[in-house]
Amino acid sequence: MNISSRQQRIVIIGNGMVGHHFVEQLINSEHNCHITVLSGESRLAYDRVYLSSYFSGKTAADLALTDEQTYQDWGVNAVTNAWVTDIDRDKQVVTTQSGETYEYDTLVLATGSYPFVPPIPGNDQEHCLVYRTIEDLEAISASAAQSKVGVVVGGGLLGLEAANALKQAGLDTHVVEFAPQLMAVQLDPMGGELLKDKIEALGVQVHTQKATECIEAGETCRYRMKFADGSHLETDLVLFSAGIRPSDQLARQFGLVIGERGGIVIDNQCKTSDKNVYAIGECALWDKKIYGLVAPGYAMARAAVADIIGDEGEFAGFDMSTKLKLMGVEVGSIGDAHGRTPGALSYTYHNQPEGVYKKLVVDANKSLVLGAVLIGDTSDYDTLLQYALNSIALPDSPESLILPSAGEKPLLGADALGDTATICSCHNVSKGDIVGAIDGGCCSVGDVKSSTKAATGCGGCAALLKNVVDSELEKRGVEVSKAICEHFNYSRQELYHLIKVGKIQSFEELLEKHGKGLGCDICKPAAASIFASVWNDYILAKQHQPLQDTNDTYLGNMQKDGTYSIVPRVAGGEITPDKLILLGDVAKRYNLYTKITGGQRIDLFGARVDQLPAIWEELVAGGFETGHAYAKALRTVKSCVGSTWCRYGVQDSVGQAIDLENRYKGLRAPHKIKFAVSGCTRECAEAQGKDIGVIATENGWNLYVCGNGGMKPRHADLFATDLDDATLVKYIDRVLMFYVKTADRLQRTSVWMENLEGGLEYLKSVVIDDSLGICDELETQMQHIADSYQCEWKTTVESPEALKRFRQFVNSDESDSNIQFVSEREQIRPATKAEKFSAGKAIPVELV
Amino acid sequence: MQAQANIIAQWHDVCHVDDLVTNSGVCALIGDVQVAIFSVQLDGEENLYAISNWDPIGEANVMSRGIVGTLTDKIVVASPLYKEHYDLATGTCLERDDISVNTYPVRVEHERVLIEL
Repeated sequence: MNISSRQQRIVIIGNGMVGHHFVEQLINSEHNCHITVLSGESRLAYDRVYLSSYFSGKTAADLALTDEQTYQDWGVNAVTNAWVTDIDRDKQVVTTQSGETYEYDTLVLATGSYPFVPPIPGNDQEHCLVYRTIEDLEAISASAAQSKVGVVVGGGLLGLEAANALKQAGLDTHVVEFAPQLMAVQLDPMGGELLKDKIEALGVQVHTQKATECIEAGETCRYRMKFADGSHLETDLVLFSAGIRPSDQLARQFGLVIGERGGIVIDNQCKTSDKNVYAIGECALWDKKIYGLVAPGYAMARAAVADIIGDEGEFAGFDMSTKLKLMGVEVGSIGDAHGRTPGALSYTYHNQPEGVYKKLVVDANKSLVLGAVLIGDTSDYDTLLQYALNSIALPDSPESLILPSAGEKPLLGADALGDTATICSCHNVSKGDIVGAIDGGCCSVGDVKSSTKAATGCGGCAALLKNVVDSELEKRGVEVSKAICEHFNYSRQELYHLIKVGKIQSFEELLEKHGKGLGCDICKPAAASIFASVWNDYILAKQHQPLQDTNDTYLGNMQKDGTYSIVPRVAGGEITPDKLILLGDVAKRYNLYTKITGGQRIDLFGARVDQLPAIWEELVAGGFETGHAYAKALRTVKSCVGSTWCRYGVQDSVGQAIDLENRYKGLRAPHKIKFAVSGCTRECAEAQGKDIGVIATENGWNLYVCGNGGMKPRHADLFATDLDDATLVKYIDRVLMFYVKTADRLQRTSVWMENLEGGLEYLKSVVIDDSLGICDELETQMQHIADSYQCEWKTTVESPEALKRFRQFVNSDESDSNIQFVSEREQIRPATKAEKFSAGKAIPVELV
Repeated sequence: MQAQANIIAQWHDVCHVDDLVTNSGVCALIGDVQVAIFSVQLDGEENLYAISNWDPIGEANVMSRGIVGTLTDKIVVASPLYKEHYDLATGTCLERDDISVNTYPVRVEHERVLIEL
């Protein structure tokens, strides 16, 4: 390899999440260096935080954080299966198992950790597994397929994650914990007790204060675990998740300083005892502590990069507060959750009927938050964390922060925070960074998000971020107008409300009551869309027709030469040979260009406006309906072939797709809506890139929402799992109608979700828990749309009055002489300007 | 394609008023010139405007299929192709001052629509 001698050579051993983050940060710094990554695993970095999602359908590729191409583009030499066997610290060379050598100026150890397996006799048998890598998950998956009962040893955070994985794999799941409670590090005994109750209610049995003595052959199951108190538990599979140990063997072997109980000792710059060697992540020991979470690992990576490039920045410990959902149970822990600080006082709130427990730990003066425990409701987490992290003075009655609000809860104002206050701890964004971004020209939450990455990690700070942005914008005198256009001083959502509540049926009435002027090409189609969503009249009815965009007016998609394309509905992409023949026959006779669309339909191009009715009359007679390809409405429901034909399919995806398409066809919305249904987790229909994605499972359907392909792809969010048909439809009804009701004009579901305050969790609370009490209304509304469906083309070809609109000229039967075609690959295409002028080449338009 | 008439301007009877669509457009063919005719309801009265049907930016005969409305005090049509706005009274493009379309005098006589070209 030809490396310029001036470039600093940096070699990183290990490519886990932290190792990868280090590379990312180093690349972003544009430091002049040559980077080599040596990964002992067969694959590059992947997301271990969401490892259990492997069991809900995510693949190794979904979990990947990078790939070879990305590293190549960055100029990083990434080598997999490169197990390091030797480090020569004098010559500054590392050697891998295969004998390859790599010289370094700077060496970074990001070797991570390995799962601790308690020394229990019998722990090395088959089906005694750990939970750490994708290979581990594959082994668990294989073992689970031959098991009925599974036990997780370890009731900490990771252990409960692992239990969730076993439960999702369909096992009768138990958790065995040595301590008297679950999550003993993060929770107080009361919190641990409530968490146990909640997890047991979900069907996972929890056994605390159990010391396993041995694992031997079982009677009803494969194994029997014997406990010190004489009791036992039968199981087919044992999964150890009893903590981690730093992978410090290399450092040990080659003479770096190691802590008494393991871990490579580092300073605040993450340097080891060798000034050319850094250690970051779970292999590193800082102030006698190993940090077993990803966020502090990232912070170490940033500190090491800062030191390498000569910037300021150090690792000075890390707040281990955490907020998460364990099997759907909300759990939060902040700072000194146990109240161990001398003089600490605490407030608790316990609502047994609703399963909510909150504890607030404050200092002796009741002026600062030291810690908190939240079970069952973590809505106060962000605020409490800000109080704790930024030492904000508490209000007079600190308990008001955790008591259920009667609308009186003191909100933490953005102005109470200093510039150094951390807003987003995932990406280390301070309030000062956000102010800087706004000074730099950002003028919305979305702008700030993409500029600073704030609220793009766990998203927990989204509400606070909005507060800060709004407050800063307000200070600068920016008034963000929500008016849709100059004719209405209302947002689309407000117009929707005005039309629905005021029972307004026409644009004239809307203008008279709430607007001014004549309207324009912004508000007219928006109003037309709302009328359709609310009342669902025929869109070419006299009062609605002038409001429609040209595509809706002529029920086709206008192309660059003023002709239209025709896309009949092919529900689920299933089509009979006879219908294919009809499409081919019509296309041939009218000389139309034909192309297969991305939504499993057939597009016929080049129809003049005056040809549309005759073409559609034939299509309607042959059993076709309009495909709404021209409308901001439901487009297609794409499907794979499913269990009917496919060897891997577990459900009838085509049947489901057809049912869904027929239910939602004709639904007009703020923007187009696409669905897909896949018959198994191989996901051939690409449902996770659609507004509504449905993926079959053994037990029903997983529902994904708000994905998008196109200009700005967005992976859909998993909304609910293992739904039956009726619940699936119920949830889709509610999600879509809520979108129709609240989205901005021309806002796709993906952007709507990004801007929805509270995000996915909020949408779930509205749709699943009916937190706004509007689910009945949403369903009724959707049922009305479904019941009042009509094929617009059928109605149109049957109406002589409507057909008058499809004349090219009001005073002549001639056609537009500018529409000319030439032949290309045996079909027509619009003639170019030059071709139109060179006589004879263009095909005259055939009048049919 | 805009073939400008080289004959002396005269009034052409193109259609009945019922062929017009309130707050929308239709197209008439006069010789080989395509004229977009808009009927705009203002304060209870129908006002007629006639402009060329040729969209000079999109380069297609589509203006009659645009949405009409107002922008500040101007009555405009938005091109259905790329949504530029044209002042119906003067033919000027509001987004591009180097672009405009022809306008034609239009009147109604005995329920017939007449265009001068």
